[in-house]
Amino acid sequence: MKRAVRFVVVAALWAGPLASAGPGQGAPAGAPPSGVVTPAADSALEARTSAVASQLRCPVCQGLSIQASPSELAQQMRSVVRDQLTAGRSPADVQAYFVSKYGEWILLSPAPRGINLIVYALPILLVLGGLLVVVLAVRRWTTAPADSATH
Amino acid sequence: MNWRRASLGVAAALPVIALLAWGMTRDPKDIPSPLPGKSAPSFALSVFAPGQQPLARTVGDTVRLADLRGQVVVLNFWASWCLSCRDEHVTLSAVARQYAGKPIQFLGVLYNDEPVSGTAWIKEMGGQSYASLNDPGARTAIDYGLYGVPETFFLDVHGRVAYKQTGPASAQVLARVADSLLAVAEKDGAPTNRNR
Repeated sequence: MKRAVRFVVVAALWAGPLASAGPGQGAPAGAPPSGVVTPAADSALEARTSAVASQLRCPVCQGLSIQASPSELAQQMRSVVRDQLTAGRSPADVQAYFVSKYGEWILLSPAPRGINLIVYALPILLVLGGLLVVVLAVRRWTTAPADSATH
Repeated sequence: MNWRRASLGVAAALPVIALLAWGMTRDPKDIPSPLPGKSAPSFALSVFAPGQQPLARTVGDTVRLADLRGQVVVLNFWASWCLSCRDEHVTLSAVARQYAGKPIQFLGVLYNDEPVSGTAWIKEMGGQSYASLNDPGARTAIDYGLYGVPETFFLDVHGRVAYKQTGPASAQVLARVADSLLAVAEKDGAPTNRNR
């Protein structure tokens, strides 16, 4: 009987700390409690904030993103970006939020659809057109002496 | 002269010239807001400048857009450092007073400024008939897609953005938009003799 009681007491002493560890017992030693922002998580959030903010135009600047602008409004907009990312919104959601408030103008790179496609297609078409002109001109220069020689 | 080549050159240049000419007619600062026609972003902001009777509100009170449903709301974003805000201040204050007793609320929202500076500015300008609200961190301003000040948003009785005025609002614009929104409100059966 005494042995049985001793066994129960020892088992309780072993089980106690494990039970009190609760759901976090699988966490590595030294892990911070949930809700605490670690430096790594903080820098990851800053990197995501920076990535989103780099795509948004500063409304009070000339051609600067809210990431690059030191203006007060840009700082406040970055803060909104950070808060929304922290709240679990995706970068696309945050971008959509700003587009819903400012229109597509707020995007430094317009979405490649509709009339915006002109912006993406025109440079390629111009380069191809230029190449065509060069090829035609070179062919003409190289064939002209032969033609004239036959006449 | 090779007429064929010349006409080809002109035909190629004309669209580019036309595009540039069209661009010259546009104001790069006039960026259309996507908000008109959409539901107005909600806000809950505290009063820092009370306004004057009969439009006065208590300093420290929270004004919620949701509580203003059924009234036309004129939301004017301003700052004490904004020179154009001086141009419209007297007009806005006078028009707001004219519409007292009608189902329309004029509210100022301080943009990137300190309430102390805003209060001093109102005093310097000879007072303001309607209350002004503080917007810490410009969260409401960003929610309304603000570019600068002054900007004035007209919200209809259903809480939708009906019109946005960029730059100083004239008495004509204020009266025209307010009257048309009040007329729609009356037609829709909103109360016509409500103050707050």
